[in-house]
Amino acid sequence: MDLAAQLPLLLGLAWLMPLASFVAILFFGPRMGPHGRNAAWVATAAIVTSLVLSLTAFVVWLGGHPVRAVAHGSHAAQAAAAGHSEGEPTSGRAAAGEHPAEGDHQAGPGDVHSEPHLPAAYAGEWYTLYHSGRLRLSIGYYIDSLTVLMFVLVTFIATCIHVYASGYMHDELHDVTDHEVTLSDGHHLHRAGRFPRFFQALSLFCFSMLGIVIAGNLAMVFIFWELVGICSWFLIGFYYERWTASTAANKAFIVNRIGDFGFLIGLMALWGALGTLSFADTKVAGPDGHELVQAGLFSQFRPAGAGHSLQVPDGMVVAAAAEEVASIAADHAAAPADAASQIAARIPDWRRMGMGRWLLFIAGLGIFCGCVGKSAQFPLFVWLPDAMEGPTPVSALVHSATMVAAGVYLVGRFFPVLSPDVLLVIAYVGAITLFIAATIALVANDIKRVLAYSTVSQLGYMMLAIGVGGWVAGLFHLVTHAFFKSLLFLCSGSVIHACHTNDMRKMGGLAKVMPWTAATMLVGCLAIIGAGVPFVIGLSGYYSKDSILAQALSFANANPGHRILYWAVAGGAFLTAFYMFRLWFMTFAGQPRDHHVTEHAHESPNVMVTPLVVLAVMAVVAGWTLPGGLGIANLLEQSRPAGTAEGMAGGFVFGQSLLFPAEHESHEGAVHVTATLTAFATALAGVFLAALLYLWKVVSPELIATIFRPVYGFLAGRWYFDELYDLLFVKPTLGVARLASAVDRGLIDRLINGVAQGARGLAGIDAWIDRTFVDGLVNATAAAVWNTGLKLRALQTGRLRQYVVFIVLGTVTLFMIASLAFRSSATG
Amino acid sequence: MTPLTQAPMALTPLFGFLIDAPISVAHYLAVGAILFTAGIACMATKRNALGVLMGIELVLNGANVNFVAFASPYLAGEGVRSLGLDGQVFAVFVILLAAAEAAVALAITLNFYNNHATVDVDRADDLKG
Repeated sequence: MDLAAQLPLLLGLAWLMPLASFVAILFFGPRMGPHGRNAAWVATAAIVTSLVLSLTAFVVWLGGHPVRAVAHGSHAAQAAAAGHSEGEPTSGRAAAGEHPAEGDHQAGPGDVHSEPHLPAAYAGEWYTLYHSGRLRLSIGYYIDSLTVLMFVLVTFIATCIHVYASGYMHDELHDVTDHEVTLSDGHHLHRAGRFPRFFQALSLFCFSMLGIVIAGNLAMVFIFWELVGICSWFLIGFYYERWTASTAANKAFIVNRIGDFGFLIGLMALWGALGTLSFADTKVAGPDGHELVQAGLFSQFRPAGAGHSLQVPDGMVVAAAAEEVASIAADHAAAPADAASQIAARIPDWRRMGMGRWLLFIAGLGIFCGCVGKSAQFPLFVWLPDAMEGPTPVSALVHSATMVAAGVYLVGRFFPVLSPDVLLVIAYVGAITLFIAATIALVANDIKRVLAYSTVSQLGYMMLAIGVGGWVAGLFHLVTHAFFKSLLFLCSGSVIHACHTNDMRKMGGLAKVMPWTAATMLVGCLAIIGAGVPFVIGLSGYYSKDSILAQALSFANANPGHRILYWAVAGGAFLTAFYMFRLWFMTFAGQPRDHHVTEHAHESPNVMVTPLVVLAVMAVVAGWTLPGGLGIANLLEQSRPAGTAEGMAGGFVFGQSLLFPAEHESHEGAVHVTATLTAFATALAGVFLAALLYLWKVVSPELIATIFRPVYGFLAGRWYFDELYDLLFVKPTLGVARLASAVDRGLIDRLINGVAQGARGLAGIDAWIDRTFVDGLVNATAAAVWNTGLKLRALQTGRLRQYVVFIVLGTVTLFMIASLAFRSSATG
Repeated sequence: MTPLTQAPMALTPLFGFLIDAPISVAHYLAVGAILFTAGIACMATKRNALGVLMGIELVLNGANVNFVAFASPYLAGEGVRSLGLDGQVFAVFVILLAAAEAAVALAITLNFYNNHATVDVDRADDLKG
């Protein structure tokens, strides 16, 4: 089997299927059956095809790269080498050797055995958008086990959500009266259904997300990153007539643009200094026709020659040492080749002097900035809870497999390029996020908002895990979280569908009428809190959360100054357990609180329940490792970026004392046992406390809220982040805008109006002169002629005899005058 | 001579010399003037269009008498080389033109009569301004 040819074909097709569906629905959606009913089938068929193709790719991958259990030894190199000797020689490696352009590293076949750990990956390009000198933009792919796994994950969850949505969105099949929109005439908005439009956007969303996952370079990631952003805008603002929905969509879009600004800075830092955005090495045609291998980002940051340890790339060193480079070039103006060799010789010195470290820091921080926006991290998490305004299937998709996953995925993909300093920033941002979001979730009463803040909190977990060096732990949690969070959202959608309200205070006792929803949601809650029998078996969250906790503990042990990160994770686990079971107890347990809400409640149709069951099964089993070693963690281990297995030490910006322990160390006895027991204890405590308050009602939650009124108010006000941002950014922006508007109106407009009025006044004077004098002269002449004519008219009597007399008298008079004149001249 | 001397005495200082003197250009001019005046008076007083036309003939013929009178060889200057027929030729032209004019005027009068059933010039005031 030639994986290098099969995988891009399979995944490329899987990637393009939703695009085909999008285009089809875009052009023919309204004509697909009554009210576009069949658009759901088109979209679902496309995503199911993608799922089948992805699963095929998954099987093909497993055939080429059998998953082996990772040995938990202290000797990473030995373990990794042992892993390789079992799986070696992988066909992927061979393929990479045969086609250097498609391999992600330059290592020849001879180097393979001496390398400590190299990920199996296939990279290449489908289409070159732009090529000038060293700068290339292309549509390419980078496929490793993470890509394959993400493809399966995204298409699987998207399939469940498509099926679910075809039931959930049935209201859109006929005309809709939106009771949340009141028109100016006092009536509710009445509009046509938008069923095809929903599935059209859903398809584009899946296509964009798969594009990010398969992307072979950062420019392509950015393109699809923005596509995901616009799709989320479409879907969050699906009920765009509602003021809240349209503002939420705008908020999500604008907040994401703030993050993307950082992303662009990072892209520019990389592009400007390194001249490539490709992850892997690419083979390009040189000027003399020979093929050159252009080093990709990974091999520039972690060159094979330096043992795959992170170093400042040559491009960044040269960019930082621009002055020295310029002086050398000036000295050797006659012989540019000498200058080049001089510069090349000086690079190690410059690197030791620390040049380019800030550039590296900024590049990593910039990319992370984009992820902060997309994955709703502090301080840009404010858009995610508002995004609940979209239909519930959208929330499920946005919160699990697509939008927010993109940020974590990119941090994971970019992990080998991130310097220790950036990782520390990521860890702290994650810790702050998870704590803030978890505390807000404690007091939220909107069922979807609890889940939204839970998502923010869990994303904080993932970021923190990657930030403390737990690459596998973070991405593992991304996968398991995608399953149980989509499950939880779809369950909440089922509840909302039945109750027609989001307010948990009006629910209660729904377990009797909605047994399937209650049971599957219970599975989701247990999965998210990491329930399980310690050291024996557990739900998916048990494994991923434990590995995060273990890595955080391992990091805290290595860096005692950063022990707070561990406490954040442990405290977060407690809070998670509390608010999740608060949600479940308030919704399903006890007696109905509001009969208006619950009396019409009913179990959802099968088309909605089936995805719940499927996802519940996945939420249980996703974390398991099969006896042969097949499991998500081990699968991810195959893609571990080169050189990151041994951990990292030192920091460029925040001092040299940072120590990132290797991830396998967290699997060791002492750390692992402590972490597992801590996780179990905190989760149990959280559930117990929630049961005390909301199930057994030993203490009234209202009493606690009264006692801790300031704290409760602070949390219920969501830490006043929206108000703070409103005060810090929105108000000043509006103020500046108003000022500009005032300057515009008061100064510029007034000036222009004044000039115009002056010109108008002058013209008035001119017109007066024209009318009075020029026209006056002409009119006076005309009037004089007219009056004279009027007077002379009387002479024209029409009487011939009178005329004769006049003629005669006139002639006589003329003769008399002539004779008088003649006489006077003759005498005078 | 008596009838002539019995002419109004008031005019004697002005026109007396005409009675005493032999026939000269002045006598012709006097006849022309009388004809002209009679014509004018006729034009000014007659309401009948044919009478007016007759007045016009008188005026024209008064002018003709003047033309012929001024053509007298006695009035010709010294050394003028001509046939001395200029006045007579003018008179012939005038007679010719008078005939043509009379034809046109009579046609107009006839038309007028056809339209208005009268030849009273006082009724022909359509050109009143």
